Amino acid sequence: MNSANFEFLANLLLKKSGHVLSPEKGYLLDSRLGPIARKEGLSSVEELVQSMRTGNDQRLSWAVTEAMTTNETFFFRDRTPFDLFKSEVIPHLAENRRPGSKARIWCAAASAGQEPYSLAMILREERSALRGVQMDILASDISDKVIEKAKAGLYSQFEVQRGLPVQLLVKYFQKQGDLWQVDPSLRQNISFKTFNLLNSFQTLGTFDVVFCRNVLIYFNQQTKTDILNRIASRLAPDGFLFLGAAETVLGLTDAFEPVAGKRGLYKRKAIAQAKVA
Amino acid sequence: MKHCLVVDDSRVIRKVACRILEDMEFSCIEAEDGQQALDKCRQAMPEAILLDWNMPVMNGIDFLKALRNESGGDKPVVVFCTTENDMGHITEALRAGANEYIMKPFDSDILSAKFAEVGLI
Ligand SMILES: C[S@@+](CC[C@H](N)C(=O)[O-])C[C@H]1O[C@@H](n2cnc3c(N)ncnc32)[C@H](O)[C@@H]1O
Repeated sequence: MNSANFEFLANLLLKKSGHVLSPEKGYLLDSRLGPIARKEGLSSVEELVQSMRTGNDQRLSWAVTEAMTTNETFFFRDRTPFDLFKSEVIPHLAENRRPGSKARIWCAAASAGQEPYSLAMILREERSALRGVQMDILASDISDKVIEKAKAGLYSQFEVQRGLPVQLLVKYFQKQGDLWQVDPSLRQNISFKTFNLLNSFQTLGTFDVVFCRNVLIYFNQQTKTDILNRIASRLAPDGFLFLGAAETVLGLTDAFEPVAGKRGLYKRKAIAQAKVA
Repeated sequence: MKHCLVVDDSRVIRKVACRILEDMEFSCIEAEDGQQALDKCRQAMPEAILLDWNMPVMNGIDFLKALRNESGGDKPVVVFCTTENDMGHITEALRAGANEYIMKPFDSDILSAKFAEVGLI
């Protein structure tokens, strides 16, 4: 791809989704954007970008932005965060929230739903430990496609064998033809929404737990810092933040600190808490 | 080194599974049917068993029920690995004492994920 086109594309992604398109990721362009080019009746990705530069087709730039997201995910991914959710978060909320009150979890890059459904299964298994505290989940992602899939709760045989213990498959899924569908009762406490992390969080309300995993890796420093600070402002003073295994708050913000010995788990910093109180 | 007994009537599947398992630092023993598998278990109980369902002589589910009645037969971690992929078969396997269940086709990702699930690796 010529460098003017590459630069145009990089700027577009930065503006639309915050993604950094570095030259090393150039290899993704053909596989991700080729299908869109063909659908538009264009012979190459080069031509697609060229036509985007001349026209101002919002629908097309959106399709390109969405196609450049990486939606890789699986049930109980990395295990530890879900173990910590069970051993740290649930007991804390059971202790510090009134029975009958609602606590809210936000999966901020939920992809096709494996992460929120994993949490929903834990909540169900641990119902008695919650001591009457209700937990609702907001599952959001920038991509309509994955949110639609998450809503449908339909997974391939391959997907249900990645990370999901067979006992939970039997308990919470039904077979639909070649696919497996999440039990409707599990979807009850989850709401699904298309949402871009670059937009204001104001309309989302506040949360007790935020899962923002394996998405910061796509942003530049400034965007990471901005998103983390805005998450802090939406999180209860004693709330929890989970990041992906390759992500951290260190060097990005003072709003959070890692919880010692608990990989991937962060809490709001005491100073920040004092300011809020 | 942990031992894994691979029970399948297809030689090709046994070879593929063993290659993956050996990469996971298991030493593999093979059996072509449930009866052979039971004989091998009576000689020495393996830590893990990867078990097909449909086989001549003795099928996987009958083997599993027999195994769990043997002395020491509660020890091996049993992972079914079969083309049977409906809820009925899976629940029957779990009821008979299977620890995990792989629906074929499988690859090394699925095999290692399932073995990790039951604490074998
Ligand atoms: C690699 S997946 C991670 C999914 C899940 N959290 C996990 O850890 O398995 C990253 C997800 O982030 C979403 N994403 C990327 N940029 C985003 C943005 N600006 N706002 C919201 N979601 C975004 C992508 O669509 C994709 O589904």
